[in-house]
Amino acid sequence: MFLETRNLTKSFGGLTAVKEVDFSVEKGKINAIIGPNGAGKSTFFNLISGVYKPTSGQIKFKGEDITKMSANKVVKLGMARTFQTTSLFENATIMENVMVGHRLRTKSNLFDAVFNTKRLRNEEQECRNKALEVLENVGLLDVKDQFVANISQEEKKRTAIALALATEPEIIFLDEPTAGINPEETLALAQLIKKIGESGITVCLIEHKMQMVMSLAEKIMVLNYGEKIAEGTPEEIQNNEQVIKAYLGGSVHA
Amino acid sequence: MIITFFILLALLFPLLLPNSYYLYIMSLSFIWIIAVYGLNIVAGYTGYLSLAHAGFFAIGAYAFGLLVTKTEIGFWLAFILAPIITTVIGTLIGLVSLRTKGHFFAIYTLCVGYIIYLVIDKWESLTGGVRGLIGIPALPDLGPISLSTPTNQYYFVLFIMLLMIFIAYRLVHSLVGRTLIAIRNSETLALSLGISTTKNKLLSFMLSTFYAGVAGTLYASFIRFLGPEISSTTIMFDLLTYLIVGGIGTLSGPIIGTLLIVWTSQTLQFLQDYRMLIFGPLLTLIIIYSPRGIVGFITGLLRNRKGEKKVATVQVEKQM
Repeated sequence: MFLETRNLTKSFGGLTAVKEVDFSVEKGKINAIIGPNGAGKSTFFNLISGVYKPTSGQIKFKGEDITKMSANKVVKLGMARTFQTTSLFENATIMENVMVGHRLRTKSNLFDAVFNTKRLRNEEQECRNKALEVLENVGLLDVKDQFVANISQEEKKRTAIALALATEPEIIFLDEPTAGINPEETLALAQLIKKIGESGITVCLIEHKMQMVMSLAEKIMVLNYGEKIAEGTPEEIQNNEQVIKAYLGGSVHA
Repeated sequence: MIITFFILLALLFPLLLPNSYYLYIMSLSFIWIIAVYGLNIVAGYTGYLSLAHAGFFAIGAYAFGLLVTKTEIGFWLAFILAPIITTVIGTLIGLVSLRTKGHFFAIYTLCVGYIIYLVIDKWESLTGGVRGLIGIPALPDLGPISLSTPTNQYYFVLFIMLLMIFIAYRLVHSLVGRTLIAIRNSETLALSLGISTTKNKLLSFMLSTFYAGVAGTLYASFIRFLGPEISSTTIMFDLLTYLIVGGIGTLSGPIIGTLLIVWTSQTLQFLQDYRMLIFGPLLTLIIIYSPRGIVGFITGLLRNRKGEKKVATVQVEKQM
């Protein structure tokens, strides 16, 4: 299995935010995690990406145990993520923001910086090319020189995705990529997510917008009170009694 | 552009104003500028407000003073060793203090700075305590160049300052600088981009203490008398004021802030301590209306004027 968790548990004091979750992501598919507010979706993401350390359980990525690995090392293995609220550098252009996304694949150090070595210049060019490439992918090439302070919410979301793509991931975790934007923009972003999936990068997203998840995801996991209550294809999820009771409130067309 | 103009002006300064008192004030300002650049790297670009900076400045000064008065290693070797000693001590302190964040880091380093002050003040057998450290020899000739006249000393300090600014310039414009800015911007985001924040924060802290060490060493060799008050919180907040007024996180901020305040301070000397009645409100206004200081204010204006021309390919503050 590409990515899997076994018995993954996280407690904050007396509260168990994620409880014994077994989850697996298949390579090349678009996966989704859904669940009511406070179901532990974001905590689950933070556990996988190394932001939180699990209380117990195990996470394996490409066969390697990454349970205790620090967040920045996990990214180097090829796992990128975005956040619900993106904190981009407002006083710089989109291009400058995205360039640093490729930093982890470069080796230049202080010495290279002070003496402006060939390695530094090559790697800066490499970062610039990578930034251009991912900005084209997410459709921001025309506005790459705009200051982040002046761009729309949707463009910020795209910039955040571009940043994650610049790390050259094999799997990308998107935490509510369409929160806070209008329906048309949501549609456009859904297309982008589909495109990322088609380019061979495995996608795993948290999303509230049901319609979008049902049309986009090939595999869905449902969390409720930190526990996995269902896992399967969109059809299976829509017909699952427990899910309907816990989350969908009887209608999937919410 | 502005930098070239500034360098020209600095080079011509002794010819335009051949007054040894002004040269002295200017040389001293340059030394402060170096220290402020160090503070700028850690506080401005990495987002970690270190309030132990005056302490490291004093460590550099005392390391040099003690090496040159109590050992036989010679002036220039001490001159090179003192900043290195400061950096080593800085790295050790950085390893501990960088485990804290935000306000806690500021308070922690404030305490570190005060402890450095206490050590210098109380360890009389080594530092001379409140009596101070005396007997630092005058700047010897550097090969064929004599460093005995105020003009030559001025150029010597200017040269080292330009070198330090150049290093800062290269750093900020490189991938390493971008990495630090990413950490300042959001540490969680930086981690999620695979950046080792621990390593880069330590690098930034080390470098900032190196700058403080260089400035301290220059100060000791220039003033030739050291007292514990150079590590006091007064000096610390002077440095911070220079940085904030000029523009924290900008490349030309330290120069503009330091020169502006030092010279205003000079002209207002007749007011004595009442000068603070002017600087206090000024500082407050700047923090409220232009958090990035004078430089930030000007670049903001320039950027607005450029408006929709979309020519701002380069981050404006980098042009400065």
